[in-house]
Amino acid sequence: MSNKMHVKLNVNGEDHEFLAEPRELLIYALREKLNITGPHVGCETTHCGACTVTMNGKSVKSCTVFVAQANGAEVTTIEGLGQPDALHVLQENFKEHHGLQCGFCTPGMITRAAKLLEENPNPTEEEVRFGISGNICRCTGYQNIVKSILSAASELNSAKEAAQ
Amino acid sequence: MIPAAFEYYRPASMEGVIALLEEHGDEARVIAGGHSLIPMMKLRMAEVAHLIDLQDIASLSGITIDSDGIRLGAMTTQHDIIGSAALTAAAPIIKEAALQIADPQVRYMGTVGGNVANGDPGNDMPGLMQCLDAQFHLLGPDGERVVAARDFYEAAYMTDREDEEVLVEITFAAPTGGYAYEKQKRKIGDYATAAAAVQMSKVDGKVATASIAMTNLSDTPIWSEETAEALIGTTCDDAAIKSAIAAMLGDIDPTEDNRGPIAFKCHAAGIVLGRAIKRAWSRA
Repeated sequence: MSNKMHVKLNVNGEDHEFLAEPRELLIYALREKLNITGPHVGCETTHCGACTVTMNGKSVKSCTVFVAQANGAEVTTIEGLGQPDALHVLQENFKEHHGLQCGFCTPGMITRAAKLLEENPNPTEEEVRFGISGNICRCTGYQNIVKSILSAASELNSAKEAAQ
Repeated sequence: MIPAAFEYYRPASMEGVIALLEEHGDEARVIAGGHSLIPMMKLRMAEVAHLIDLQDIASLSGITIDSDGIRLGAMTTQHDIIGSAALTAAAPIIKEAALQIADPQVRYMGTVGGNVANGDPGNDMPGLMQCLDAQFHLLGPDGERVVAARDFYEAAYMTDREDEEVLVEITFAAPTGGYAYEKQKRKIGDYATAAAAVQMSKVDGKVATASIAMTNLSDTPIWSEETAEALIGTTCDDAAIKSAIAAMLGDIDPTEDNRGPIAFKCHAAGIVLGRAIKRAWSRA
């Protein structure tokens, strides 16, 4: 029953292969097998969104995906969006607008926001709030998070216009 | 939270799925998006020795709209539903309901087939499908059979589906007239304290047809013919709405839980239904 299976994952553009029990949750495979610790374990019950990653183009809570289901998938985590010396526009704007306090929810929040802006590059404030409603922040009251995302959207849009 | 160990299968065809279900009986379960089943397995409220993943079966996906009506493949996600302009044009109540289910991440994974087949009284799609008089297509070892959504639910998590059957698609006629899906919940991501699905049509200023189903107010969804009859033939004035609410309250059977005592749930059900009827009528 506890037979391990061979799992292949492409995480942030890099191929990984490892053995895991099918029941292992994707969040634990990322954190403990691959040492990718950006996505956090918050509630572990599909509520808080701290473990949010992008899997095959979808924002998912990686505490609610078995690693067996993710076998063969492409996964993007916060590490795939930006690096300390090359921050993503969203990370820059969270820094600029004080979009975090303790920072625990931030990797999931930014990973979700990146997907939201990809699908809706010009969201209203209401659409941002609805779009991040699966991510809980217990510090900020969300105001500065929303401000950060809206500001990142307009920065991305001006960059796009300038490029055209 | 670690679920009990299981064997994992990802067959490429429905023949493969049915063969596994026949082999393992009630020790096997299919998994679609998994956003009802995985939490249950993590809590060890569900123990599944053989988990059969449907993600590789392309025939289970897709939304088809033609002169025969509307078909939703069981693996169609809530996110797919919300993004389908054609479905929203043909049956706008479905998007209105889907937007009130869970949160964005869950909607990318959660499927309409899983939502209706699981039999959780808190799920929104079962009541909605009863309102739309949808048909559920079940595939088993002896082929396909069709069960009306209104006949499918027996009790909480108990449905007409046999262990070796899979709900593969949902079909229904495009609804006409006005619609509303109204849901009272404590927060985004919560199940309904009370929810109402309403479709109604208008002829000469009077209610010509009405179909009304309530969610999370009994151990199954409640499609209430009496509630609809209280509206048909009226001008949908306040007196008619009041008698519809009274009829609905006679058909539901809520239980007390952390969403409130029975009296509060009946109160919320009445408010939600009144709002849904008014909004549906304004769109009829």
